[in-house]
Amino acid sequence: MIREGKLKVNSDWNKDLKIKFTVQDPCQIVRKSYGDPIAEDLRFVVKSVVGEENFIDMQPNRSNNYCCGGGGGFLQSGFKEERLAYGKIKDDQIKATGADYCIAGCHNCHAQIHELSEHYGGNYPVVHMWTLICLSLGILGPNEREYLGDDLKEVNVFHPETAM
Amino acid sequence: MTETVIRLGNKRKKNIFLDKVKELLPEGGNLNACLTCGACASGCPATGLKDMDPRKFLRMAALGMDEEIIASDWPWMCTMCMRCIYVCPMKIDIPQLVFNARALRPREERPKGILGSCDMALKNDTTSAMGTTEEDFEFVVQDVLEEYQEAQPEFADMQAPIDKQDSQFFLNQNSREPVTEPDEMVPLWKILHLAGVNWTYGSKGWAGENYCMFLADNDSWKHITKTSVDQANKLNVKTFLNTE
Repeated sequence: MIREGKLKVNSDWNKDLKIKFTVQDPCQIVRKSYGDPIAEDLRFVVKSVVGEENFIDMQPNRSNNYCCGGGGGFLQSGFKEERLAYGKIKDDQIKATGADYCIAGCHNCHAQIHELSEHYGGNYPVVHMWTLICLSLGILGPNEREYLGDDLKEVNVFHPETAM
Repeated sequence: MTETVIRLGNKRKKNIFLDKVKELLPEGGNLNACLTCGACASGCPATGLKDMDPRKFLRMAALGMDEEIIASDWPWMCTMCMRCIYVCPMKIDIPQLVFNARALRPREERPKGILGSCDMALKNDTTSAMGTTEEDFEFVVQDVLEEYQEAQPEFADMQAPIDKQDSQFFLNQNSREPVTEPDEMVPLWKILHLAGVNWTYGSKGWAGENYCMFLADNDSWKHITKTSVDQANKLNVKTFLNTE
């Protein structure tokens, strides 16, 4: 849709802000289903939305990416201490990028990495892809910014008068 | 050369866990092909938890240490992310070994959180692990949609259809959004609207999560998946779009 021009995203909003983003390749979509080609599609979308110069890849990545620890039912298994220990590597990998934000393309990843960010004190925001696509399209309202950091709460707000 | 075959552990027992799993998998999951190189364990985030790692787990299974495997909580700490099989030179299906190890315990002795989420999903045809009914889902979607149609007039024509026949996409939805953060449903609706996508939710089977799969309860897993697929087929959609 972006390639065909149906979704006219652009990264102008981040030209001066220069907020840096990394992305967690979802195991289920990349390694377990469609492989590296879909990881490239994901990067195409991310770069279109935040600006190529504002994207920093995690290491390792794509099919070699490490699971964050949110999958397999771990979030509901009751083994919280072990789940956070499991995720320590992921938190370290995210911090090593120096990025301000981590994008999660999967629900479980979002929940787990969000918790890692708070637990290990990195406090980097963790966002869904749909949030950034709408931000870049200028159609993200004030009540759709739950997971954006303070630096983006006021940027490109659609119908700011509807804030609740 | 010695002519005596060395037999280790309980391998002499017939039908150990490893052999049963081999019967389930194509090529036996290559479970007998381990070179003990450790590529799996070195790149596994679950290595070290409960004094276990993927290589050790496979060795224990190969040695017939079934009781120790049943007693270990480690299969619930492996997310079956498949990085081990991805890097394995012999393509050994350790994730399937782990999945089947989960099923070794009686169902009621598996982790309560996963068990409860699976049981909850079995209560309604929505398959929601949070127990959301068809009526509640329809109410929330309609309520949020009307609110945004009014507050953001550019989206007055935006739709969030449920059970629309002959759509291009059947979209599922994690229960977390309609239940705890309904505003988070909206950005995706907007994107689909602007892209002119013809899509629908299903009143049945809309919930994307499937804890019965994680529980290694195959019959319930199948029931949940079948409920979604049957609804998608009934609506004659072209593509099942899994957001979960």
